[in-house]
Amino acid sequence: MLLPIYPPDPTPNLVDAAVEAGYQPVPVAGVDDVIERAPESGWAPALVEARPDLGTAVAIAQKIADEAQLPVLLVIDRSMTDDIAAEGGITDFILTPLDRTELRVRLARLGKAPNGTSATEVLSFRDLELNLATYQATVAGVPSDLTYMEYELLRFFVENPARVWSREQLLAKVWGYDYFGGSRTVDVHVRRLRAKLGEERSSWITTVRSVGYRFG
Amino acid sequence: MSMNKQQQYVLSTVEERGIRFIRLWFTDILGSLKSFAITPAELEVALTEGMQFDGSSIDGFSRDQESDMLAMPDPTTFQILPWRTGGDVARMFCDIVRPDGTSFAGDPRVVLRRNLERAHELGYSFYVGPEVEYFYFRDSSPQPEVLDQGGYFDLTPLDVAQEYRRETIMALERLSIPVESSHHEVSPSQHELDLRHTDALNMADNLVTTRLAVKEVAMEHGIYATFMPKPLEGHDGSGLHLHLSLFRNDENAFYDAAEDDHLSPLAYQFMAGLIRHAPEITAITNQWVNSYKRLVEGFDAPVYASWGRRDQSAVVRVPTPKKGKASSTRVEYRAPDPACNPYLAFSVILSAGLAGIENGYEIPDPTDVATERVHLPTTLADALDAMQRSALVKDALGDHVFEWFLRNKRREWDRYQQHVSRFELENYLPVL
Repeated sequence: MLLPIYPPDPTPNLVDAAVEAGYQPVPVAGVDDVIERAPESGWAPALVEARPDLGTAVAIAQKIADEAQLPVLLVIDRSMTDDIAAEGGITDFILTPLDRTELRVRLARLGKAPNGTSATEVLSFRDLELNLATYQATVAGVPSDLTYMEYELLRFFVENPARVWSREQLLAKVWGYDYFGGSRTVDVHVRRLRAKLGEERSSWITTVRSVGYRFG
Repeated sequence: MSMNKQQQYVLSTVEERGIRFIRLWFTDILGSLKSFAITPAELEVALTEGMQFDGSSIDGFSRDQESDMLAMPDPTTFQILPWRTGGDVARMFCDIVRPDGTSFAGDPRVVLRRNLERAHELGYSFYVGPEVEYFYFRDSSPQPEVLDQGGYFDLTPLDVAQEYRRETIMALERLSIPVESSHHEVSPSQHELDLRHTDALNMADNLVTTRLAVKEVAMEHGIYATFMPKPLEGHDGSGLHLHLSLFRNDENAFYDAAEDDHLSPLAYQFMAGLIRHAPEITAITNQWVNSYKRLVEGFDAPVYASWGRRDQSAVVRVPTPKKGKASSTRVEYRAPDPACNPYLAFSVILSAGLAGIENGYEIPDPTDVATERVHLPTTLADALDAMQRSALVKDALGDHVFEWFLRNKRREWDRYQQHVSRFELENYLPVL
């Protein structure tokens, strides 16, 4: 199975390990390569090395997870473990020096989840359910008419509850960097979500004055 | 062509929710909503390649050699329609492109996008919060019959229509259009919906949707809703006051804590642009013969290209700022009426304001001290003359829309000129 690997000059030891695990690694320069060169039968999970630096790798990994909808296994140094604690979009990670059996097992586990959604396909919070495979949201069992961005924002909140997110963070993580409306967009969508969740649930999203929003 | 996540979201929702028809929406140059329906089987092609239609039957779209057009649905605007249809009809707004893939210059949504991109290049996003006024009548006959004799903020039992308002608001919320407040307006049977501000493209879509939602709910109750600017002689007409602000990243560029009135120098330049160019853009913000029956003194409508804090006759008003509410700092542009094309109106208003910023216009004295005030156009013909001389409007709208609009509206004015009115018959026939 073809497996996208980043950066375009991957570490030879990692390539060997991937081949040994039964994959054909294809070096890619970014998410565009992953999308354009996708094989008919689909990719194996993506491998992203923390080179030249962790920040670049995380950004690439998030793009691959988001735009190419692939699970991403991030290869990092032990010293970086704390730095990725708060980063979304990374399905799993593995530490160097590499254990080849661990790599094979982790890739196999990631490969089983279709479309990059994690094994749990339904997220829930109290009487709210989000089906990640069908993009449908229900509140107390009743389907909710959400726009795509309302759905994505709600999903992000449910996946990352109980902490405060600034508008900039939400924009970067939910909208990505190609948004057009400016960061007031976040307020607009929060206002709409509250209305659609209904009065008794609107307090699930709390406004934290001059900081941002918190869910749950 | 591969699908992006937004397109997949639409496909998936159509399947999961059992949607049977998807209406593709766009407006003509005058802002009338146009729609054609496709079935789920056609949806994937529509999303990736667009749906072909014959543009020659749409006002302002036809030029003989280019009647074939493509409607490209904008998947971010996918919504299930909350009325009548049993929840199995959805809509998407479309951008109109020509068969060679280039944007069609006669599409108002494309025009607004172009103007917003220009603001974006200068670092600004344009936000609009409208107050939408309209009337309920028994039906659409030329002798309008009101439902009540209520007045401003009146509550039951005079305000019999509050149930219609409530239903309309619920429909709008389901369509992702938050309503800040609503109330009975000054005239009998007149109502107002205040929509929460959002970016201008979204708001133009929202206004077109709101007009339909108000009419749909009214129709369900066997009455008629109208956005005609001045349906009742001797009473206030319906306006579309627009609360405007520019944001630079997360900051309201109109706000300045250091100034007494919390308005930044940039806000004053934007206002100066609005005031200087107000006469030129009025044909677009007030596009009907009837619009000018509203823009008269004595009925809470603006008549001067000037500004003030309380003066109702000024076209620009600065609402009293709320303490510590930086994000709500805004200026109010009072000329437009709800029968305008919001895409084009937002385009020329933004252009006028940006001209003030780019050229550093000085703000004139507010109305109460000013000695000389420029009058807004008092007829559609005057407004068209002012527009025709305006390089700013021509630039904002593009040649196609600019020229078609002038031609179309000159014809409307000529037709009106030939009409012998009740006023003339009643006043002249007995004595002349």
